[in-house]
Amino acid sequence: MFKLHYRLERRAIGMTLAIICAASVGGFVEIAPLFTIDQTVEAAPDMRVYTPLELAGRNIYMREGCYACHSQMIRTLRDEVERYGHYSLAVESKYDHPMLWGSKRTGPDIARLGGKYSDEWHVRHLLNPREVVRVSIMPSYAWLMDNDLRIDDLSGQLAAQHAVGVPYTPDMIRHAADDAYGQANPDSNRVAGVRARYDDNTNIRAFDGIADRLTEMDALVAYLQILGRLTDASNLDPVGKDLE
Amino acid sequence: MITNLTASERRGALLILVVMAIVGLFFAAAGRGDPIAVHGALIMAVALAFAFPVMGHLYDPEPSADRLDTYYDDPSKVGIILTFAWAAFAMFVGDWLAWMMVEPTWTTGSAWSSFGRLRPVHTTGVIFGFGGNGLIATSFYVMQRTCRVRLPDQLSPWFVLLGFNLFCLLAVTGYMLGITQSKEYAEPEWYADLWLVIVWIVYFVLYLRTLARREEPHIYVANWYYMAFILVVAMLHIVNNLAVPVSFLSAKSHSLFSGVQDALTEWWYGHNAVAFFLTAGFLGMMYYYLPIRAGRPIFSYRMSIISFWGITFMYMWVGSHHLHHTALPQWVQTLGMSFSLVLLVPSWASAANALLTLNGAWHRVRDDATLRFMMIAAVFYGLTTFEGSFMAIRSVNALSHYTDWTVGHVHAGALGWVAMITFGALYASIPWLWKKERMYSSFLVELHFWLALSGTVIYVFALWNAGIVQGLMWRTYTENGNLAYTFVDSVVAMTPYYIARAIGGLLFLTGALAGCLNLYLTVRFAAPATEAFSLMPLRDPVSDAVIQAAE
Repeated sequence: MFKLHYRLERRAIGMTLAIICAASVGGFVEIAPLFTIDQTVEAAPDMRVYTPLELAGRNIYMREGCYACHSQMIRTLRDEVERYGHYSLAVESKYDHPMLWGSKRTGPDIARLGGKYSDEWHVRHLLNPREVVRVSIMPSYAWLMDNDLRIDDLSGQLAAQHAVGVPYTPDMIRHAADDAYGQANPDSNRVAGVRARYDDNTNIRAFDGIADRLTEMDALVAYLQILGRLTDASNLDPVGKDLE
Repeated sequence: MITNLTASERRGALLILVVMAIVGLFFAAAGRGDPIAVHGALIMAVALAFAFPVMGHLYDPEPSADRLDTYYDDPSKVGIILTFAWAAFAMFVGDWLAWMMVEPTWTTGSAWSSFGRLRPVHTTGVIFGFGGNGLIATSFYVMQRTCRVRLPDQLSPWFVLLGFNLFCLLAVTGYMLGITQSKEYAEPEWYADLWLVIVWIVYFVLYLRTLARREEPHIYVANWYYMAFILVVAMLHIVNNLAVPVSFLSAKSHSLFSGVQDALTEWWYGHNAVAFFLTAGFLGMMYYYLPIRAGRPIFSYRMSIISFWGITFMYMWVGSHHLHHTALPQWVQTLGMSFSLVLLVPSWASAANALLTLNGAWHRVRDDATLRFMMIAAVFYGLTTFEGSFMAIRSVNALSHYTDWTVGHVHAGALGWVAMITFGALYASIPWLWKKERMYSSFLVELHFWLALSGTVIYVFALWNAGIVQGLMWRTYTENGNLAYTFVDSVVAMTPYYIARAIGGLLFLTGALAGCLNLYLTVRFAAPATEAFSLMPLRDPVSDAVIQAAE
């Protein structure tokens, strides 16, 4: 065996090919089946897509690096389920390109944050976390309220999501900017379009408290309020069967 | 340095720079309204800043043919300076972030300096800026010495080194502007990723061309590791970054994979960035510099074969240990855990091979801080790989995951192994490259060593404690069966550990700054080497004996 290697290490191309072969096996065996085995992701017919406003909020969540301190993956452990709710299912991040499961909890898990606090709480918390949680070490995100939300590229964002497999319809893609505006302005005439194109339970309100302005705060709060609420699959799946 | 290029190399450089400037101008003009325009302007500015000096020397005479008798070390010198510069910058950002976790208001209040945006600036700055430049600079150095041949041309090494630094620059400025795809350790957006692919292909082709010209029948073991580093990082980088851009004039892209498949792809990438960027590359460094500096050949040639192929094959399986108890199917978690445990064998074989090489040279370890850097690096490599295998066990991971223990573990490897071996290799290379007798101040090397070691130990101990306290507080129940602590309780409990960590980081940063100062003093003021080893180093009897293939 060492004789063989003694010959191999005289050949640069031989070493190159051997390295590629040795390093490819693990990835193939572990990753490829995840695309082909049906049980990997549970079926959830009620699973809905993010609205354009929520998707814009998700982009802001990524831009600000929130995932560095907050996970979105409740593990199958008793204390996690009691603290955060039902453990996360694979289907719940099916439309997350990329996933935001995170790897560190400097702050708590927020996989099921949606609906837990009021919009006003979120706005005040994002502006100055220590106003609502005295000992918090979260940074403040004051600029979210100052920045108008960019909506001219939302159709492109939805189209790119469609290209990677999220079932947005051409109608949704075309009206993305209108729908983002309508979702955060309950008195506007664009609300009907949001209701027609998206789920009946879609949150339609002035998330940042200001109805006539569409800010980045609107988008981020809309996203935080939908976390864990894209599907009811977790409610149908009894908790506690295999917790450690 | 430009006059050392041949006339055709200068024309080639100018052509590349002009094309880059035009591409930059196109993005800057057509991408208005999108952050990509800022990067277009940045690319144009960088390309022009290099194009003008090249133009000034375009019609200079050809360099003398004598140059072909020596190694081509200019890119290594610049690479070493860049390594130190990135170390100072990225470690400063890291320590700033550490203090922000103690007192969150210690920031400018502007978006660019918020924790979430600066955190990838730190990780990219240390991994790619500091580590990557160290690897590129030393790999050019090592491949020439172990092949006993000069680099095949003088343009492609510059393209690799400066192109890679442009990638790093686009990455860190992008995060501060809000350009990120949010995949941990792979945050740069699609256009920066594509640029890195081009740079990386040129890098590997350069490696193969150098190997093809070698005067030595065997490829020395350090080169196996550098090759694995370049090749596998290319595989990982391409697959993990597959994405669809919103448009060709938008900085934003959407990842091809989603949810559970994306999670495993990300950690297949993430853990193997540790394996092939932060381990294989630096093992290449160790396999050259440690025996040379100790003046003793590697302890066992067979052990290096076993550990090389063990690492290359097995590391690729273990990424799923980052996803224990998650929505990832359990069979993948178990497979990842099993391979993580077996991986300890080749890892410890490498560490043992390094330490046993020092047998007979321990007096040098005592007297020579440069060699001591390398020795401590091997010790931390052994400790960290043991800790990593341990943390990959499902039940241990249930406690450690999501806590600061993980951060402590990463830094045991990053500070104790990666940075220590790099500083050791750099302190060894600098006098050789600049033809000096020795580093200007051996006191500063000694000081750097002790600051680095004490900083690492304080950092790692602080976060072991932090992580275990966190993990236990999250899972503690009262007698009535309720959770004993709120999450906020665990945040408050972290304060003393976070202060200790920030102090440890500050010590480490101070050491790196002492290194920067020493580099400057050595280049400017150190006494030149007396021997005429600068003239014809293509054969060097001392290193010949040390790096010969065994058998």
